Amino acid sequence: MAETMTGARALRSAGDPAVEVATGDGPASAAGRAGRPFDPVALRADFPILSTLSHGRPLIYLDSAATSQKPLTVIDAVDRWNRVQNANPHRGIYELAESATNAYEEARARAAAFIGAPDARELVFVRNATEAINLVAYAWGRQSIGRGDVIVLTEMEHHANLVPWQILVQEADADLEFIPFDDEGRLRLDVLDVLLRLKPKLVAFTHVSNTLGTINPVREMTEMAHAAGALVLIDGAQAVPHLPVDVAEIGCDFYAFSGHKMLAPMGSGGLWARRELLEAMPPFLAGGDMIREVHLRRSSWNDVPWKFEAGTPDAAAAVGLAAAVDYLAALGMDAVRAHERDLTAYALETLRREIPGIAIYGPDADHRGGVVAFNLPDVHPHDVAQVLDRHAVAIRAGHHCTMPLHERLDLSATVRASFSVYSTRADVDVLVEGLHDVMRIFGPGA
Amino acid sequence: MDDLYRDYILEHYRRPHNFGVLESPDASFEGNNPLCGDRITIMLGIRDGVVAEVAFTGRGCAISQASASLLTDEIRGKRVEEVRQMTPDDLLDLLGIEVSPARLKCALLSLDTVSHALAERRPDGPGEPAAPAAAGGES
Repeated sequence: MAETMTGARALRSAGDPAVEVATGDGPASAAGRAGRPFDPVALRADFPILSTLSHGRPLIYLDSAATSQKPLTVIDAVDRWNRVQNANPHRGIYELAESATNAYEEARARAAAFIGAPDARELVFVRNATEAINLVAYAWGRQSIGRGDVIVLTEMEHHANLVPWQILVQEADADLEFIPFDDEGRLRLDVLDVLLRLKPKLVAFTHVSNTLGTINPVREMTEMAHAAGALVLIDGAQAVPHLPVDVAEIGCDFYAFSGHKMLAPMGSGGLWARRELLEAMPPFLAGGDMIREVHLRRSSWNDVPWKFEAGTPDAAAAVGLAAAVDYLAALGMDAVRAHERDLTAYALETLRREIPGIAIYGPDADHRGGVVAFNLPDVHPHDVAQVLDRHAVAIRAGHHCTMPLHERLDLSATVRASFSVYSTRADVDVLVEGLHDVMRIFGPGA
Repeated sequence: MDDLYRDYILEHYRRPHNFGVLESPDASFEGNNPLCGDRITIMLGIRDGVVAEVAFTGRGCAISQASASLLTDEIRGKRVEEVRQMTPDDLLDLLGIEVSPARLKCALLSLDTVSHALAERRPDGPGEPAAPAAAGGES
């Protein structure tokens, strides 16, 4: 059981300067950091879990690509909802219900603005990016994909942006094609160019790879796909928490993201889609709140986005998402990206220098989000993770829901360290210490 | 830490016993844990209801490979019925380490694979299982 850390080791390594970057123009947030230099060490105090212990040592959390930790403002927003705001949105006429509806819709407006959506009504609240993509595959896909149609994906997709399309093309007797990646983990746009001659109906790809970290040229890819007449869906689960994202500027048609990877609670997430697409799509889930009129043998649908929000939503998570958005906006997403780029460069350099024989997958820090997947020579990733656990280093070992990507690299698994706003060079230093211990245990002559 | 990666576990991992193939096994099965990528194939040569020969190949984490090494040592010479009755606890006793729930699948893959091999065994296999082409020794 974790306990609060007292007298912990110094969390700031010599290499942890505050990044001097102008902060964004977000609202003066509950975090109260607007206008200050981005300082990952200082803001760790906002994340209670980072003061807990694991095996008696300060937790070194390097699994933010799986899920991020939550700042106090988010924890408090969820708590406040349950203490004084809870009522079923869109359903009551009493004061509490009205204020619950307002809070829920205000959360939508803030989340929509955060990703550059021109209209808050283009943002459907979902549980996570997986649900967002499934929504499109079912509602848009079943209406729009027929026999012989082509959907283009990439070989680096998370299973969430692969399996829903596999199911769809099986049902529709359609086809999938894949954009491969090169040895640096960059997508082969020359192959996309060729695949577009097949006149695909949809090109769907991740904004940032959750395994290689590759930041894909989403705007260029969107332009290419549109020029060939295809719609574009982007999986932004690993982008929205780490980069400035503006869906209008990208120009895509669908954009999916998860709240829990961007400091918000699990159960919050969004699907942004162009209004006319949402209008034309049939419902996904059916039930309460998504209807206008219901008769015994027929019904009509509510306006968007509520047409896609059947049943009572996780409104507390939505309110938490709004608090997370405020927190990130106050830091400024340019500053967040600068911090994570700097930290990733430090991690790549330190790991290559300190760990002989390490294999690191993916591009350089300029083209990579805060994700570093690697393998040590002759040690299985699970053994690496197990030893690191005793150093209180939390990292992921396995295929990270990207089995085809691992197959392409002829690997069964990798070890993955991933960062967020609160990650520091000191975290990387403890990771390296732990890896030295792995080498000691498993290395030759040990 | 060293509760898990004890010297004998690492020794079995580096130089697994019974690592190799049987040319014409009476029972064989490839087991895997897709989540972690552990993969082993266990081959059995059975004579008069007894496991006369056993070999395995595969790759995976130290726990899964050491477990296969120890288990194959254990079942050679045992009656098939006894092997069938082995429980996960028997194998964990054999391993002699505290395995966390997250690693249980790694530890138990070998026994699971043996169980499948026996379940899928041809009722009357060839009478003379070949000697292991390569047994023990290599890491």
